[in-house]
Amino acid sequence: MLSPEEWEVISLSLRVATWNTLLSILPAIACAWLLSRRDFPGKAVFSTLVHLPLVVPPVVVGYFLLVLMGRNGLIGGWLFDTFGISLIFSWKGAVLATAVMSFPLVVRTIRLAFDGVDRKLESAALTLGAGPVRVFLTITLPLILPGILSGATLGFARALGEFGATITFVSNIPGETRTLPVAIYSLLQVPGGEDRVERLVILSLLLAFGTVALSEWLARLTRRQLDGGRHA
Amino acid sequence: MLEVSVTRPLPALTLEAHFSAGRGITALFGPSGAGKTSLVRMLAGLDTPAHGRIIVNDRPLFERAATGPATCNIPPQKRSIGYVFQENRLFPHYTVRGNLTYGRTSAAAAGKAPVTFDDTVSLLGLEALLDRKPATLSGGEQQRVAIGRALLSNPDLLIMDEPLSSLDLARRHEIMTLIERIRDQFDQTIIYISHSIEEVIRLADTLVLMDQGKVQAFGPATDILSRPALFPFTGGSDAGTVVEGIVTGHDPDHRLSRLDTPAGLLTLPLVPAEPGERLRIRIRARDIAISTRPVEQISILNRLRGIVSAVHPAGSGSVDVTIDTGVPLTARITRKSFDDLGLDVGTEVFALVKSVTADAYHRHSGE
Repeated sequence: MLSPEEWEVISLSLRVATWNTLLSILPAIACAWLLSRRDFPGKAVFSTLVHLPLVVPPVVVGYFLLVLMGRNGLIGGWLFDTFGISLIFSWKGAVLATAVMSFPLVVRTIRLAFDGVDRKLESAALTLGAGPVRVFLTITLPLILPGILSGATLGFARALGEFGATITFVSNIPGETRTLPVAIYSLLQVPGGEDRVERLVILSLLLAFGTVALSEWLARLTRRQLDGGRHA
Repeated sequence: MLEVSVTRPLPALTLEAHFSAGRGITALFGPSGAGKTSLVRMLAGLDTPAHGRIIVNDRPLFERAATGPATCNIPPQKRSIGYVFQENRLFPHYTVRGNLTYGRTSAAAAGKAPVTFDDTVSLLGLEALLDRKPATLSGGEQQRVAIGRALLSNPDLLIMDEPLSSLDLARRHEIMTLIERIRDQFDQTIIYISHSIEEVIRLADTLVLMDQGKVQAFGPATDILSRPALFPFTGGSDAGTVVEGIVTGHDPDHRLSRLDTPAGLLTLPLVPAEPGERLRIRIRARDIAISTRPVEQISILNRLRGIVSAVHPAGSGSVDVTIDTGVPLTARITRKSFDDLGLDVGTEVFALVKSVTADAYHRHSGE
């Protein structure tokens, strides 16, 4: 059904999006918690930094990644010299680019979930002898689980669609950094690729629908956990 | 045993509370906004006093002098204070069983003789609900689970913040009976917040009167409730003497019951109580008339002889006359009658109790 070339594009896109989600979910929960529950000096600056990729042009984000994480970059140079890791022109770099771009969306969604938790339940748990860690693990975390799931889905979907930062940072290498949107863009650049473009566009839509459906299903599952099946 | 002496500035007023309370039920009574909830939140460690001290069973939970830092401030999870909140605050993602056992681990670690799960479940009638989620329970059921959850954490002190406020009348009586059983069966010291005088009359052993962020008075409930000087706080025009007595018998033909009180034998409308049971009744000051001579040929059944022991002006042309009948019984009469009868401290009078109304309350006290 899929040509080897299409399969390569799809599997790469899924791999990048999956790693993006896995790697960013814990830091996103931590950032969301900080933004929702803690007051500290520089919170406004921190919040702005986290949300910056939402408003900065993706190409600019890609440029900064290039400058910072490239082999001559501040961090990238150190990474290469110390561990021999090079992100540039690698699918790992694509993961980094999509992670930076999707991070604010994930944080925002989880932060709203934190805001929505009834703090009174947490203080009730305290009076029952549970310390802050137990309260977080047994009360807060289960209650924000739907938010975490939808944040993760959103991040996953955003990663599947990331174009600007990816192509700027890690370029367009078949099998390595040519993700779905980059592939569509490339095909549009050569004459006669229309029907191959159409197939990729349809695949892209199917992936998006699948992701949303999965997320809806998970959300319903967790909601049922809360209301004891009353609205099941 | 609870000793409290705390100060905390609040947005509208400064909360200042000094009182101590022993075993049984201590009611914190006062109008909304008196600072009752703010006070118990400090006991539970959910808020911090500006200074003062809180001691439960000789264990200091908070200590801070007027100057300097706090020398003791136990975090809420280590205070061993159970808290039944006004809203039930059940954990929506746990079953009833999960909610009930949530506090068990920490209590078991503290190595106390625990309140058992089975006893609590059967006392509160929760057997059939154990596997359900809180969202599927009725208001009364939720509140019973919330009480059970707090009780099962084996607290040194159990705080109940208006636990009946969201319930209908029938449920209220049911829960009040359960609270009395918790006090007696588990020998649990309870702080009970209420702005309903009926609940206080029925439940309180000790009463702490609060108004405007200050403790106006505290002491044995019957004593505080019966003090004329405190009538403005304890019921206004409905205020009166609260007397405890023992049911001696019934007269079903006339639908009456007899109650042996320190003031003498009282007749009251038939109450659903067994002879020998202890009751607490309120005799409203405005329901008592005074005569200086024995009155015969009158419809009033309860006539008590006594000596005027105190006189309090009650405002708007009336006076509260306290008559020592074995217990101090207060009658509210007009100033004109007071003058015409030539009453004064020491005068021998007859108190004519027009009605001992349906304000009769059960007391399943363990005394």
